[in-house]
Amino acid sequence: MENLSAGTIPDSRSEQIPGQISSARGNPPISETDETIIGLEVHCQLDTVTKLFCACSTDYRSDGPNTHTCPVCLGLPGALPKINKRAVEYALRVAKALNCEVLPESVFSRKNYFYPDLDKAFQISQYDKPLAVGGHLIIEGENGEKLVRITRVHMEEDPGRLVHKGGVDRARYSLVDYNRAGIPLIEIVTEPDMRSPKEARRFLNKLRTTLEYLSVFDSDKEGSLRVDANISLQPEGWFDREKKSYKGRNRVEVKNISSYKGVEKALTFEITRQRNVIRKGQPIEQATRHFVETRGITTASRSKEEEHDYRYFPEPDLCPLRVSSWVDLIELPELPDARRARFIRQYGCSSNHARTLTGDLKLADFYEKVALKADPLLSATWVADTLIGELNYRDMGIGAVTPAHMTDLINLVESKTITDKNAIDVLRTILDGILKKEPAGTPSQIVARLDLGASESDVAPAAISEVIREQPQAIADYKSGKKGAFMFLIGQVMKKTRGKADPAELNRMLQAALDEGEQ
Amino acid sequence: MARSRLSFSPDDRVNAFLTTCPEPEYGTGSLEGLAIAIKDNISTKGIPTTAGSRILEGYVPPYDAHVVSLLMANGAAIVGKTNMDEFGMGTTTENSAYGPTLNPHDTGRVPGGSSGGSAAAVASGMVRMALGSDTGGSIRCPAAFCGIVGLKPTYGRVSRYGLIAYANSLEQIGPMARTVMETSRLMQVIAGYDPRDSTSVDQPYCHTPEKNIQGRRIGVPEEFFGAGVDPVVAAKVWEAIEVLERKGADIVTCRMPAMAYALAAYYVTCVSEASSNLARFDGVRYGPAVDTKKPWHEAFQERRGTSFGKEVRRRIMLGTFALSSGYYGKYYAKAQSARQQVKSDFLRLFKEVDVIAGPTMPTIAFRLGEKADPLSMYLSDILTVPANLAGVPAISVPCGAVDGMPVGLQVMGRPFEDEVVIDTAYAYEQAVD
Amino acid sequence: MVSERDIEHIAELADIGIIKEELAEFTGQFNRILDYFDILDTVEESDGYKQDGYNVLREDVACPSLLQEDALKNAGDTEDGFFKAPRVM
Ligand SMILES: [Zn+2]
Repeated sequence: MENLSAGTIPDSRSEQIPGQISSARGNPPISETDETIIGLEVHCQLDTVTKLFCACSTDYRSDGPNTHTCPVCLGLPGALPKINKRAVEYALRVAKALNCEVLPESVFSRKNYFYPDLDKAFQISQYDKPLAVGGHLIIEGENGEKLVRITRVHMEEDPGRLVHKGGVDRARYSLVDYNRAGIPLIEIVTEPDMRSPKEARRFLNKLRTTLEYLSVFDSDKEGSLRVDANISLQPEGWFDREKKSYKGRNRVEVKNISSYKGVEKALTFEITRQRNVIRKGQPIEQATRHFVETRGITTASRSKEEEHDYRYFPEPDLCPLRVSSWVDLIELPELPDARRARFIRQYGCSSNHARTLTGDLKLADFYEKVALKADPLLSATWVADTLIGELNYRDMGIGAVTPAHMTDLINLVESKTITDKNAIDVLRTILDGILKKEPAGTPSQIVARLDLGASESDVAPAAISEVIREQPQAIADYKSGKKGAFMFLIGQVMKKTRGKADPAELNRMLQAALDEGEQ
Repeated sequence: MARSRLSFSPDDRVNAFLTTCPEPEYGTGSLEGLAIAIKDNISTKGIPTTAGSRILEGYVPPYDAHVVSLLMANGAAIVGKTNMDEFGMGTTTENSAYGPTLNPHDTGRVPGGSSGGSAAAVASGMVRMALGSDTGGSIRCPAAFCGIVGLKPTYGRVSRYGLIAYANSLEQIGPMARTVMETSRLMQVIAGYDPRDSTSVDQPYCHTPEKNIQGRRIGVPEEFFGAGVDPVVAAKVWEAIEVLERKGADIVTCRMPAMAYALAAYYVTCVSEASSNLARFDGVRYGPAVDTKKPWHEAFQERRGTSFGKEVRRRIMLGTFALSSGYYGKYYAKAQSARQQVKSDFLRLFKEVDVIAGPTMPTIAFRLGEKADPLSMYLSDILTVPANLAGVPAISVPCGAVDGMPVGLQVMGRPFEDEVVIDTAYAYEQAVD
Repeated sequence: MVSERDIEHIAELADIGIIKEELAEFTGQFNRILDYFDILDTVEESDGYKQDGYNVLREDVACPSLLQEDALKNAGDTEDGFFKAPRVM
């Protein structure tokens, strides 16, 4: 469009979303002290009953293609969108939890681009008047707590889904399913405040947890979170955090990251790639790259695709939102940081356990149910360390087990009815049973069935030493050579082990203990 | 509910209909058994709806527009879909992909547009009433050219749900009929709140026209009689205004300075919205199939290049340009400022007067092919677009003839005072009857 | 003034097919229309046009969707319940 000349005054409206970043120049050599500058754009599906602009159900994942569509979300001529109130309320909850300022008026705009998964050839999104701006989220950074600034929070609709038969490389045409089209999304844009892939991942985890605490998001649903990241390597001190000016090298946008682990992988790959480019003395092009999850790499996008001019303008079929006053009416639930502090205070959890337990809403709820009926400290260890480990090993979620089972198990441990080691076996039996869809019963039942109650190897030594302490006369008799004394002592030990111990083994152990005492 | 069938076999010599329904069902209600024609950009379940475009050839909506449901619930018989400029983009109905509609008063002339088919169907007597849609004059222009009555309601008064969008912020569905009374009767059925249309307002229309206009203040802006308005047409309209004066109205001449920008503001706005609205016609979900063997952009460009008419492509390109990076501020944003000024002019005048009157069109109906240059066609909309920009109600009522061709008197009113506009038109119609 | 090259570029941006023979005609018409639009340069910039409504919302209650068969009825080509579309790349 540069060639359009006389009489046309280009306006100042930038194609960047407001709050984003000026471009960079310069190509200094690579250095160990270079800073990694990372900003994220996170898209999360809001867990509403219906889509953002129509009354189709969002519960589409187990149904066939194009079974959750209507004139609105198919983009049929003449259909009109209408905003889902709950989606707005959910978005406001997020804005409030992220300490954002909700704007007095926000506006839905059309983002125009052609793509077969986009039913109307535009996406209804928010542009220059987003729902909220200027918040923050505190994460655990590389050096202690760290504040990541939130640029903006806005609402938009999800596009449909493209399927490629025989794989994306081989299919000769695309198949389109509009079940996902119109699912409400919230887009959260951060300032470039993260300094490592690990921090980026921690931000995402914290964000996910926060959204789950707000009951607006379900991370278990496939594809419910998608991330675009921008990343650059800047010579130390060249990046101005306040002005967000990239005096140094260009940044690269990595799109299409759809998992929490993927973010760390994609960014780590991208850092290595950029380092290699810089080492060769080549400039970093300001570009968009796609993350290929299966291969753990990023690939360059075709340039044509990136020449987007979205031609945003206000959606004439919708009215503005004036909801800033609603924010005061929202009562936020206890959020992860507050709950962590409470776990330390109320249950005496270690700060590590508290962090682990509150890092996932379902886990935290699970723990609290257990801790109310079993020793809280013991529960913290058993849930945060043992249970999580066993679940992860089996790729299972916390939802697989019931708090009642865990309470039962921990109480058996606490009363020393079973040993730690056998308790782990009981837990494994339960989890394996769930995996095989053959319920193994409650911990108490398993203990009884498998006879896992504490036995000779555990109780016998204690019983033997008790008997030796309690029966000095019989010991003396034994030492003086009376045969009957040994049989009496064995009887006493067996009484204490309630018949659980193997008599032959007890014989051997008592003999050894008495012999030892003689020396 | 018992439903009956109507037999409908019109002698359509003017190409008013794109689709006819020979034996439509009807029920009971205020429009019982009345044959009503529907402009082809209004969705009708089970009846092809093309908006006058090749790109929707064969499209059969799976749902009814809100107004269509209302018509049927009130006993009307939907007898067919009427011809129109493709997607409403035109002032003549010559831009239809299915050939022009002819003016029943002179088949060498256009019926006006874009609701030319509806106007011609009513004017030729094939139906008593029809629905049109008005984005920048598309009901009033053909009403004036064909000598019938057409009302563009206040924005928000009639649901747009099911109206194939051309310029969402400007357009309304409205009634067309031979008399003001019948226009009012149709309006009663189609007006009212529809929860599916976010711009719908809960203002039902329950009104019977009243011809007493004693003391009504009628503003006549100079700009409506300025350059470009045929003096003979202007004189005819002045005569009509004098009739109203004799019936007791006070005539006040006034100014609407923002008229200077109105047409540019209108065209920039409508082409911008249209460029976005019309991007969805990709041949994937409806319309003639896209070639899936070609790459997306190539296939899409081919589908749009061959299936949209020239005027549609011209407006899509203009709108794309007006919204594009670097030009948004010069065109789209400025057009919105100008639009606000037009609205302010109206609201200011409505403190002094009850209605504003002037000609509907600057001339009588054009000869076929006369408006080959797009800009000269656009300029003929100058008197109708202000009401769309401001969202106010506006009616065209026949007020005599020039060279044997009908002339329309336009009356515009305050927002949601469609009743006052109807009454003023009724007073004139009854006075000359 | 826009050139024929600009018109080609706009057609590309609009994803609309344009043939060489049409270029001169479109360019001429475009320029006359854009000249007319220049009157907007004299308009004082303001907040722009505002419709009256705000917070027009619906409750989050589901209604039945279209049957798959009805959703696909108008499609040019379908496969296994999907719409068929050209490949993007
Ligand atoms: Zn839907």
